[in-house]
Amino acid sequence: MFTQISASVIDGLLIGFVYGIAAMGLSLIWGVMRVINLAHGATMALGMFCIYYLFTDVGVNPYLGLLLVVVLALIFGFIIYMASLHRVIQAGYLYTLLATFAVNMIVIGIGTMVFSTSPRNVDFSLGSIDLGPIILQGTRLLAAGASVVITAALYLFLYFTRPGKAIRAVSDNRAAAELMGIPSSQVLALSFGLGTMLAAVAGGLTSTFFPFTILSGSTYQLKSFVICVLGGLGHPLGALFGGLILGGLEGIVPIFMPVSWVPVVEFGLFVLVLVVRPTGLMGAK
Amino acid sequence: MKRLGFSLLIALAGASLIFSACGKEAAKPKDFVLIGFTASKTGKLNVEATRQINGLNLWVEQVNKAGGIKMPDGKQIKVETKYYDDESNKDRVQELYTRLISSDKADFLVSPYSSGLTDAAAVIAQQNRKIMITAGAASDSTHTKGYALVFQSYTPASRYLTGAVDILLKLDPKAKKIAIIHENDKFSTDVAKALKKYAEGKGMQVPLFEGYDSGTTDFAPFINKIPQGVDAVMGGGHFADTTTFARQLYEKKVPTKMIALLVAPPEPKFAELGEACISVIGASQWEPLAKYSPEAAKAENVEWFGPTVPEFLKLYEDKYGKEEPSYHSGGGYAAGLILQKAIESAGSIDTEKVKAALDKEDMYTFFGRIKFNTTPKLQGLQEGHEMIYIQWQKDKQGKPVKAAVWPTAAATASPFVCPAR
Amino acid sequence: MSFWRQPGFWLNVLLVTVGGAMVILLGQDTLRETAFTVLMFIALASSLNIIMGFAGYVNFGHIVFFGLGGYFGFFLLSQLGWPLYLAMIAGGCLSVVVALVVGAAVLRLRGAYFALATIGINEAARAFVANFPPFGGATGLYVDFSAYDKYGGAGQALWWIFILLWLVTIATVVLSYLVKHSRFGLGLIAIREDEDAAMVMGVKAPWDKTKAFALSAFFPGLVGTLYFFKNGNVEPEDAFRFQLSLEILVMVMLGGKGLVLGPILGAFAYERLRGYLLISPIFKNLHLALSGGVLLLIVLFVPGGAVGWVRDRFPRLRRVLE
Repeated sequence: MFTQISASVIDGLLIGFVYGIAAMGLSLIWGVMRVINLAHGATMALGMFCIYYLFTDVGVNPYLGLLLVVVLALIFGFIIYMASLHRVIQAGYLYTLLATFAVNMIVIGIGTMVFSTSPRNVDFSLGSIDLGPIILQGTRLLAAGASVVITAALYLFLYFTRPGKAIRAVSDNRAAAELMGIPSSQVLALSFGLGTMLAAVAGGLTSTFFPFTILSGSTYQLKSFVICVLGGLGHPLGALFGGLILGGLEGIVPIFMPVSWVPVVEFGLFVLVLVVRPTGLMGAK
Repeated sequence: MKRLGFSLLIALAGASLIFSACGKEAAKPKDFVLIGFTASKTGKLNVEATRQINGLNLWVEQVNKAGGIKMPDGKQIKVETKYYDDESNKDRVQELYTRLISSDKADFLVSPYSSGLTDAAAVIAQQNRKIMITAGAASDSTHTKGYALVFQSYTPASRYLTGAVDILLKLDPKAKKIAIIHENDKFSTDVAKALKKYAEGKGMQVPLFEGYDSGTTDFAPFINKIPQGVDAVMGGGHFADTTTFARQLYEKKVPTKMIALLVAPPEPKFAELGEACISVIGASQWEPLAKYSPEAAKAENVEWFGPTVPEFLKLYEDKYGKEEPSYHSGGGYAAGLILQKAIESAGSIDTEKVKAALDKEDMYTFFGRIKFNTTPKLQGLQEGHEMIYIQWQKDKQGKPVKAAVWPTAAATASPFVCPAR
Repeated sequence: MSFWRQPGFWLNVLLVTVGGAMVILLGQDTLRETAFTVLMFIALASSLNIIMGFAGYVNFGHIVFFGLGGYFGFFLLSQLGWPLYLAMIAGGCLSVVVALVVGAAVLRLRGAYFALATIGINEAARAFVANFPPFGGATGLYVDFSAYDKYGGAGQALWWIFILLWLVTIATVVLSYLVKHSRFGLGLIAIREDEDAAMVMGVKAPWDKTKAFALSAFFPGLVGTLYFFKNGNVEPEDAFRFQLSLEILVMVMLGGKGLVLGPILGAFAYERLRGYLLISPIFKNLHLALSGGVLLLIVLFVPGGAVGWVRDRFPRLRRVLE
């Protein structure tokens, strides 16, 4: 029993790190510009496909491929922002929500046509580490490690670089930031790019251990919502903790009830936290 | 202002008339029989579905090459098909079958691949009084719903994995515990329930019995629940998820004596798993090494119809090259044979006459024996067909190869216990 | 209430009434199938419009009422043998109850938080139903084929179902119009424009919002029961499709939210596009991308939707295009 619990908890926490990175992207975008990015899942799926093609057709190590994904996703995010959000960013939440949703539909539509919905697999294995009765997958360990590194990098960026500080300024008070000479539109575009980048990287990491299709992003998007609400929208570190909480839950809950009840618990908790403490467990803006 | 309203109303009426004119089609006399179906050319069922329509299309080609289906007056009717991609999506299936019946005017229908989709299509077929031959659909439950025109070519789910328990007992007569992890769809659930009943009937226990959502990619929560000392892990669902499950079972080095899974192991593509596929047992509706033959049929006093096993293998290879046919391909071809024989026996393409012929059908084909249940409770359930169990073993070069291990009469090798991982 | 004399009322009601009547009179199966989907979408979009267009609360999980009400109605129909129209109404009533209970908690949230909560509710409902044995769990419910005999066989039954749907859609449109032109509706619009100011002016916002939410839930429950009966079975996956929920939203935006005519035209246009692209092998996936493109254009340039744009351009038509 103990082995079962520890194996499940560890599995859950390892995945939780990756969930956290995914949710961080969503949380960042919300925090900076009050936009809920409904194209989040689709971006994750694109990240998965990127890694897949880089690995299968070009033979690039998935973790190195992530570096390219970072660059591509930043540019992609920038483009999406300018094309869809720039005009409506002041128009209220309904329009920004619908704009990102429209982008989601476009990406999924074209993606389905190009990639079809047949499942793909990145056949990459890093072996495993045997801790007695508990087996740890190499790919999952590395993904968790990468997540920690990325979080640290994000914080260094936000707190110790000029663009990072500009982002925080704009998210605090856009008007005041402009008065201080910060080009807020560019900063918003940059933040959106960052958020997209986090999503794509999370997707890429996930692809190393789960099969996927262009539609796989939607499950993670839903989980990201749950995590952001748990951890507090706008709080990137909160997202990481929220991810760990969710991953841990997904590991522990199945031991005591059929696995199919996990979504009920997840979404029930989601609605509960929203209603009782909308600012999240860690408080948000 | 009211004038505006009325003129709009008239415009609308005009529009509806135009609208409806598009719906009318001139009835045209046909000298061919149209078979309609959907296939999952994309989506998670695409591997199996592609095989199935390959088999079906091969049959169409062969029938037409021989001039068409033979009618009693000496005439021959050619076969044409019309199909759409259902994207492994149930909603599309219902819309598309409605379309096949009412717009495309199909005479007969073949099911999509998978019990879930077939169940959805069967309603439409029955609502519109069209015969549907199902392939790739083993669920018993479709045939308990009162459909009179749906006929099953596969061995039903209730007989699907029960042989695996027999194999387990042969390998280790003292085996006691089986963990069952199955997909939460009609087919796999039917198989799992029947399997559990059979195992418990033999005095075994099932300490873990859980279903996973279709499309699950993370089996860790389930694998972590497998109790220590379990003698066998059985279950799975369809190709995509079962393959992932098998891979994760291997990655997590689950210690057990036997792994028996649905649908995926008999597919040649399963070998792509490499080491992870070795020792996995699968239940197959048909294998290229099956021993059905006209002579054996004669010995049982049952008629033979269609190509022999070697003939089918050659036809398939000629058309599709190196792709080895799996039982899904065989099933597709068999569905065609079933319909062809019924039409020939009935001497017409009238639905009632063909149904009567199907009820009376009892024959051996390369795919096995075909005979339908005709009681109102289980109308159309397949009764004559049997499963063959295969196991992936290593050949002399260490490459994975399929071997038939059960029933003993059809076996080409002995089953072996999973190696310590 | 002199809505009889308002051309806007008649335009909307007659569009649906005459359209459906023509299909029934022509008696063609293919046409009926297409019209069924159109009417279903109109009913769903119009009902969403009540909470989203009038009150300004964007419900991303509107489909949950379709799913839960439909499941309940279908359960009564298939497992307990209830007659169709009774089961249908019971389904609608369950949706209303769910809306009242859930609304009490969730309508307190504003803006994007509300939208997120509705998504969560839909997912929770789906997961719950998948684990709920009376509703068949993950493999869902089905109706024995002989159930259609009560209506004269399957062929006849399909027509009865269509007629019922037609009546339900008319009712949805009529109700939608009446709400919009009532004091209650005025209160909702005030809530949409500025909830706090509305409350200051005496609008009982919490209760009014809940009423609107419950009203919007009733019709999808009816439609769900009909749809599942037509298909002969239901599974959790079909009943709570998030994508459909979003498509309904697109239909409302496409035609023009807050208007009665908007959802009708939006649903019709969207369905036609979808139906055409459904069978074209090259374009079948483009339908989603195209809808997305259209939605984006609307959001960026024509936020009032098609009808909204026409009303802007031709102010004289405003009395007719409601």
